[in-house]
Amino acid sequence: MKKLTLLTSGIALCVASIAVANDDLVSQMDNSKQWAIQTGDYKNQRYSALDQINAENVGDLQVAWTFSTGVLRGHEGSPLVIGDTMYVHTPFPNIVYALDLANEGRIIWKYEPKQDPDVIPVMCCDTVNRGVAYAEGKIFLHQADTKVVALDAKTGDVVWEAQNGDASIGETNTATVLPVKDKVIVGISGGEFGVRGSVTAYDMNSGEQVWRAYSMGPDSDILMDPEKTTHLGKPVGADSGTNTWEGDQWMIGGGTTWGWYSADLEENLMYYGTGNPSTWNPGQRPGDNRWSMTIMARDIDTGMAKWVYQMTPHDEWDYDGINEMILTEQEIDGQARKLLTHFDRNGLGYTMDRVTGELLVAEKFDPTVNWTTGVDMDPASETYGRPAVVAQYSTEQNGEDVNSTGICPAALGSKDQQPAAYSPKTELMYVPTNHVCMDYEPFRVSYTAGQPYVGATLAMYPAPDSHGGMGNFIAWDNTKGEIKWSIPEQFSVWSGPLATAGDVVFYGTLEGYLKAVNAETGEELYKFKTPSGIIGNVMTYEHGGKQYIGILSGVGGWAGIGLAAGLTNPNDGLGAVGGYAALSDYTALGGQLTVFALPN
Amino acid sequence: MKKLRVLLAAVVVLGLGLGQMAMAQGDDEAKPDNIAVAYSEDGRYFTEDDIPTYNVAEDGTIDWPSYSGFRRYHSECHVCHGPEGEGSSYAPALKKSAIDMDYYDFIDVVTNGRKRVDAADNSVMPALGDNPNVMCYINDIYVYLKARGTDAIPRGRPGKKEPKSDVIREDENACLG
Repeated sequence: MKKLTLLTSGIALCVASIAVANDDLVSQMDNSKQWAIQTGDYKNQRYSALDQINAENVGDLQVAWTFSTGVLRGHEGSPLVIGDTMYVHTPFPNIVYALDLANEGRIIWKYEPKQDPDVIPVMCCDTVNRGVAYAEGKIFLHQADTKVVALDAKTGDVVWEAQNGDASIGETNTATVLPVKDKVIVGISGGEFGVRGSVTAYDMNSGEQVWRAYSMGPDSDILMDPEKTTHLGKPVGADSGTNTWEGDQWMIGGGTTWGWYSADLEENLMYYGTGNPSTWNPGQRPGDNRWSMTIMARDIDTGMAKWVYQMTPHDEWDYDGINEMILTEQEIDGQARKLLTHFDRNGLGYTMDRVTGELLVAEKFDPTVNWTTGVDMDPASETYGRPAVVAQYSTEQNGEDVNSTGICPAALGSKDQQPAAYSPKTELMYVPTNHVCMDYEPFRVSYTAGQPYVGATLAMYPAPDSHGGMGNFIAWDNTKGEIKWSIPEQFSVWSGPLATAGDVVFYGTLEGYLKAVNAETGEELYKFKTPSGIIGNVMTYEHGGKQYIGILSGVGGWAGIGLAAGLTNPNDGLGAVGGYAALSDYTALGGQLTVFALPN
Repeated sequence: MKKLRVLLAAVVVLGLGLGQMAMAQGDDEAKPDNIAVAYSEDGRYFTEDDIPTYNVAEDGTIDWPSYSGFRRYHSECHVCHGPEGEGSSYAPALKKSAIDMDYYDFIDVVTNGRKRVDAADNSVMPALGDNPNVMCYINDIYVYLKARGTDAIPRGRPGKKEPKSDVIREDENACLG
């Protein structure tokens, strides 16, 4: 009977590709009692069909058990649950624990890689790691030093290792990996070190490299076909990865790939975004800097790009485009579409046709966003798809050594990597956001391999003339580009929410609260303060007939760095110290998993 | 006698508040004054022991190197150490280090790095010795952080500043190459 339900749901979604897909992981993800992939599923919906915990009873939630990870740093990502085993990862040194859920969480095995600690300081913004992945009896760990390791899920023994990058030139990793079909697809960090971003596919069984696609460079490096790869419906043309750069600047061009990846097996495409161009001083790198700040759709088997869309040509604010691409099937104007929705650091929520790359919606998901008046949506226009930049907030137009003030959002974006969730029941996206603005002064810097390559001074502060907080948790209608409701938060919301069939949405806060809200209204139904600030993502699983909610605590990341001491408002003038809440007044370093359930 | 002179210098030159005076009095007699300006040269300020220091004029105008340090700190150091030398969940508050540490030790850690890696700690300061964006401005960053450590310069963007002297401009160009 269970098999039948799986099949019927499978038919609707991807019957054509089931035979060639990674059957094991697909069936593991289809079993909603498990949490088999960091993103919930290939669509990155972060939605669970479990409904034992629902809007009626979530107020009774209790802590069921806890686990200390033994590491005091920013804890991003979440545990996985496959069968009776939970897999918990940590920030550097990237320990992996396998816990036996059938035996009160006893540790089955522990894997601790040996990594040169010299990688720590080249990880801009904390030593976070967004978790392990599972497929075909293996656990995949992508370490800080860019070594990709496949572990035997039963024993923790190393099956294969592959070195993806070189930490001595600033190449590091914070992201999880995408296991899809017979490949493991991985990204790279280091945009602040002049790293040239790439995604690389490794053979799932041998660890051999299959393909690598750079974000910029010659066509053979970026795996684009000048005629067949399209940008907003038009061929990208020859040399698109070099002809918007001056000289050989593309070689240290940035466009790193540290976000969450999604996949559509039916289209045989994987989706991701590329980060900021190096440096943060736009005057030093004239041109559109393609393909930084770009949504990419690539063939899973060959890496060839089918379509691309550059959201922020010639970045002037560090608005990395790496945030997740959420895949949905919805109607727009009465027509059923296969959609891709992306909440960019630049403050715009994009809805696209994920088959063709057509841009359907581009609207601000925070009303304070002011660097642009909006995106040109007229396909006949010369500037189709480009954001109209407001001169006052253009750090390029204002020039080097000039402090551009009052730019919204700040460099950390209206939303950073913390992934949003989608409920097919409400057809709403639940989005953790930052409500922070900045002053930005670019200046000249020189490049040294393995050294920071930034070139701007930033001051950040809560969005002026608003509620005074630094974050919002919003519900977003991605077909219309409208905010349905918005919950003000004192700090940026740096936690990936979970939406469930129980009509509840869970998310964590930087103070350390796990919160549950009504999926329709946003009404708060439950909260509990965990031992440290939350920058991890909420997950759920069922074991022994009981539904559990799991969340990692452990403040850190960009949030821990930028907000620990609180922010100042330059408009308040001198001496207005402590005008805004300091995160260090609410929470301290930690590293703990907290698991919740309803009372017996 | 020396102590008195230091106190007088602090009051006269820097116009420091009572808090700083109390701190200065509490200092170990043997510890040289690492803050008070003894002399200036081409827009740079130094202590009696030729250690770079900041200068805040009576009207609040700060020296160019401190302003330059504000900019360079928030480009090179801020992503780990947090805004304005305040420290973060990731790395210590450098406004304290600049006060607590001897100048030469401070420069040594920036140049050669430092590791504290054990069961409780995963703290690594990188060696920045061959990074011109840091090393060409290391004294600027140092004096800015000292000024933050004494609260002579408040959080946020500094207001009035002295102009960049010709010598500083020439030295900068020579250093960056």
